[in-house]
Amino acid sequence: MVQSLDRLKESPSQTAGPYAHIGLTPNFSGISGVYDGDLGAAMVNEKTRGERIAVKIRVIDGSGTPLKDAVVEIWQADADGLHNSPSEMRGTADPNFTGWGRQATDMTTGECLFETVKPGRVPFPDGRLMAPHITIWIVARGINIGLHTRMYFGDEEAANAEDPVLARIEHRVRVPTLIAPRDGDTYTFDIHLQGEREAVFFDI
Amino acid sequence: MTERISNRRPETGAFFRRDLNSHPPAYAPIYKTSVLRSPRRALLSLDGTLSEITGPVFGHNILGELDNDLIHNFAKPGESAIGPRIIVYGKVLDERGKGVPGALLEFWQANAGGRYRHKKEGYIAPLDPNFGGCGRTITDEDGAYSLRTIQPGPYPWPNGPNDWRPAHIHFSIFGHGFAQRLITQMYFEGDPMIWQCPIVRTIPDRAAIERLVAALDMEATIPMDARAYKFDIVLRGRRSSLFENRLEGN
Repeated sequence: MVQSLDRLKESPSQTAGPYAHIGLTPNFSGISGVYDGDLGAAMVNEKTRGERIAVKIRVIDGSGTPLKDAVVEIWQADADGLHNSPSEMRGTADPNFTGWGRQATDMTTGECLFETVKPGRVPFPDGRLMAPHITIWIVARGINIGLHTRMYFGDEEAANAEDPVLARIEHRVRVPTLIAPRDGDTYTFDIHLQGEREAVFFDI
Repeated sequence: MTERISNRRPETGAFFRRDLNSHPPAYAPIYKTSVLRSPRRALLSLDGTLSEITGPVFGHNILGELDNDLIHNFAKPGESAIGPRIIVYGKVLDERGKGVPGALLEFWQANAGGRYRHKKEGYIAPLDPNFGGCGRTITDEDGAYSLRTIQPGPYPWPNGPNDWRPAHIHFSIFGHGFAQRLITQMYFEGDPMIWQCPIVRTIPDRAAIERLVAALDMEATIPMDARAYKFDIVLRGRRSSLFENRLEGN
């Protein structure tokens, strides 16, 4: 016998179910008076540094239908590439930017909209710079474990071309599933859960 | 947002890899909705970039006084929700057994009759005018938390012709890194519906399912008031950053 590693096992995931809004976005679901507002609804204020953008996200199932009961969370660096997190050791992020947002997809259109800033570049563990990106986490009825993906920016062609994460996607035809086109100040990102245009999801 | 909740030095190591054998697979056809909502291609593994090692941390300033008391946080003054009164308490730990301080927990559930307060829900069991069904709290320095609520009822759902969810409380947990983000469900000791439920049975490993079953704790029960259930939650552990080969200044 040898010594035990004394490790616990992670609690298994379960689906967030169709009523996740009750807990995650109660005001959106019509439960008012418990919390002042929905956590993650606002990421910026009037003092936030950086270029203001909007990110419009849809999550689409294997039949081509947008999910109308998903909850989407995003996490990103500020305009200088710093995260608003105690684990950020490179400097202090913009105190007027949360870096984290949460929205439910609309019960009619399936869209959700994040008002945020364009993130700066963040280094990969080997020091190379990653292209600007937003980390996305999706939960919904029928999704047994939250799905992690990334959104890259369609107008960052040069940075995207040298991004070390995009470079690891073996099937190059899948790279565009992570890149959102720009129209004015709005990026539109359709995340396909399965099928021809299935997005690249990460085990992070 | 980054109010420091602990004097502990922040950790920056990459997370232990997820044991996908104790999590449900994306595609689990006994749970019908998963069929069209499951990626079919392999996940791309990504070991610990800053975008996932970091994550939002919430200060106690976001909490209202009744946020962890579902018996009262939606009730009219002087009234309370109907149903078996319970306390749920436990710790948020990581896989190394360390308590996770400052972890935001959000929970939601149906009322005592199995009815959710949600516009898409039409089950014939009535709403309780004094019960909303949402709550939240933040773990203390040791990773401990507690909440007060009523025990939810089972409820039927259109999956198989006669499927009923066991009594359950949904939990959403933020650790310190976005890679630790987790949503799960808590079940109650002794409920025979647990082993019939297609959502529970998406988890392939019986021992993993048992880690989601809260134990009745008569010692923590408050006599003549509320019974107690203990529910510990384990998040991913992370490597020590002592020998990380992260470049200077990164």
